[in-house]
Amino acid sequence: MTAPLASLGALLPAPGELAGIILLSLFVSGVAIVVSMLVGVPAGIFLGLHRFPGRSFLVTLVNTGMGLPPVVVGLGVFLLLARSGPFGGLDLLYTPWAMVLAQVVIATPLVVGITLAAIQGLDERLHLQILSLGASRAQLYLKLVKEARLSLVAALAAGFGSIISEVGAVMMVGGNIKGQTRVMTTAIVLETRQGEFANAIVLGVILLALALGINWLFTAVQQRRRA
Amino acid sequence: MSLLALAGVEVARDGKAILSLEGLDVRAGELLALLGPTGAGKSTLLRVLHLLERPAAGTVAWRGAPVPWPAPLDLRRRIAMAFQDPLLFSGSTLENVLYGLSLRGETGVAAREKATEALRLLHVDHLAERRARTLSGGEAQRTALARALVLRPELLLLDEPFAALDAPIRRHLLEELTQVVKAHGITCVYVTHEQGEAFSVADRIAVLRRGRLLQAGTPEEVLLRPASRAVARFMQTGNILSGVVTRRSEALSEVAVGACVLFSRTVLPEGTTVDACVRREEVLVEAPGDAAPAPGLNRFRGTVATVFDHGSTMQLKIDAGFSEGPLQALITRRVAHDLAPRPGLPVEATFSAASVHLIPREGRSDDDL
Repeated sequence: MTAPLASLGALLPAPGELAGIILLSLFVSGVAIVVSMLVGVPAGIFLGLHRFPGRSFLVTLVNTGMGLPPVVVGLGVFLLLARSGPFGGLDLLYTPWAMVLAQVVIATPLVVGITLAAIQGLDERLHLQILSLGASRAQLYLKLVKEARLSLVAALAAGFGSIISEVGAVMMVGGNIKGQTRVMTTAIVLETRQGEFANAIVLGVILLALALGINWLFTAVQQRRRA
Repeated sequence: MSLLALAGVEVARDGKAILSLEGLDVRAGELLALLGPTGAGKSTLLRVLHLLERPAAGTVAWRGAPVPWPAPLDLRRRIAMAFQDPLLFSGSTLENVLYGLSLRGETGVAAREKATEALRLLHVDHLAERRARTLSGGEAQRTALARALVLRPELLLLDEPFAALDAPIRRHLLEELTQVVKAHGITCVYVTHEQGEAFSVADRIAVLRRGRLLQAGTPEEVLLRPASRAVARFMQTGNILSGVVTRRSEALSEVAVGACVLFSRTVLPEGTTVDACVRREEVLVEAPGDAAPAPGLNRFRGTVATVFDHGSTMQLKIDAGFSEGPLQALITRRVAHDLAPRPGLPVEATFSAASVHLIPREGRSDDDL
């Protein structure tokens, strides 16, 4: 049994480098999903509860954003952060923060859209009932989030799943620099291009295992609250 | 004393007025029933009374002081509301009842004791730890009421809270609710489209139709002295006959209804065009006799046109010579047994002058509403 494991270990990047890639993947996608949830959940609740001129247009934008091609996002963020771009002075291009920004742009519409659907899925009279028990506007939002939390966990899972496995945008704005901006997906692309298919497969399996583990965690939380 | 007073309140949707009230008072300690058909504006009025909807025009005053908009939270928290659907939150029954208290910063043992007491009051304390969404309809509605009552509101608003329940449970809950509300001195506005419910709980009844308040008064006033033809119809008066006052004395009016003459205790000036309302249960139906009616007593001979069996009562329509159609009478089963009514049977319909309520028609447009 030890021989196959040893040969598998030989296929992988050095343990320190591999750990760095995994940690950076989790860091970038983790920060991005937290920011997306902080922005997307209130936005989804607001769109779900209020009627105002231009709302339909915003909802259409959100729905379009849910299917936004990552390379287009990458291009947009690249142009914004490039030295000649409006935010070039921030010197963020080819840093993990540029990757975070790209992933926020990808995940936020998903979070907004799923939150919006979740809020609209609640009984319309529920918010009147909550207000009638003496809730302030902030307390109303909190309660609605609590009542829609199963769907919000789904938003979290969908958003995280879409960005941890995304490659186009992070490649464009991160540059896949070894030890700085290389994450699981960009590493897989690199290994494949270099013909190191075994390495690519092993990294792919690790990525899948990570995605599976994280989604298992989300599902456990979701189903426990349901029980 | 008025707890909440509305004056000149107007609410519009898409440019169309859906509520237009000259005035409505909710008096401290009373149980006011808002009675009206679907689409009367009852739920909109409740949102205004709860200070959750700002009217496009008019004023709302709490204990005499005008309410600023948006209504301050501490003022809103003096009011609680329960709906037809219990709308329970996820979590346990107890957690549902604790929610309103937690919003007010009340937590811990004292809050749990209050919540448990409220559940006990509604006889669902044994379900405290059950998941609220697994409760039966009756249990869920009791929990929803406990959730509102635990807040000890000064004003409790109930939007058809028992409409979705079976009749026996509804009656039982209605009795219990009335007892609890009265025992705790809570002012209550109870919305319903069921007359029976309104009469069984209310100190006063406000009749709404198409966003307008047609009448507010004691159950007796609304039932026996409707302010308009519309209220009379809604109260199922049965007989609403158009006529003109032809003579008046100190205590009696004579009203010409087509070729017939009615006597009424409502005294109005001669020449007044009126709607003469006679409740169908006030009409006594007998086999024709020879005795002349006593002065002021209305008696008409006719034949039974139709018989409709309600079970404990029977409704008769009697062709008695009124141009507006047959006279309606509601008789008990016992009377029906003795009379054996059938179409074509000659009968005599009698009702007192006190049973005839006259509504002047001049300037009234309620029927166009």
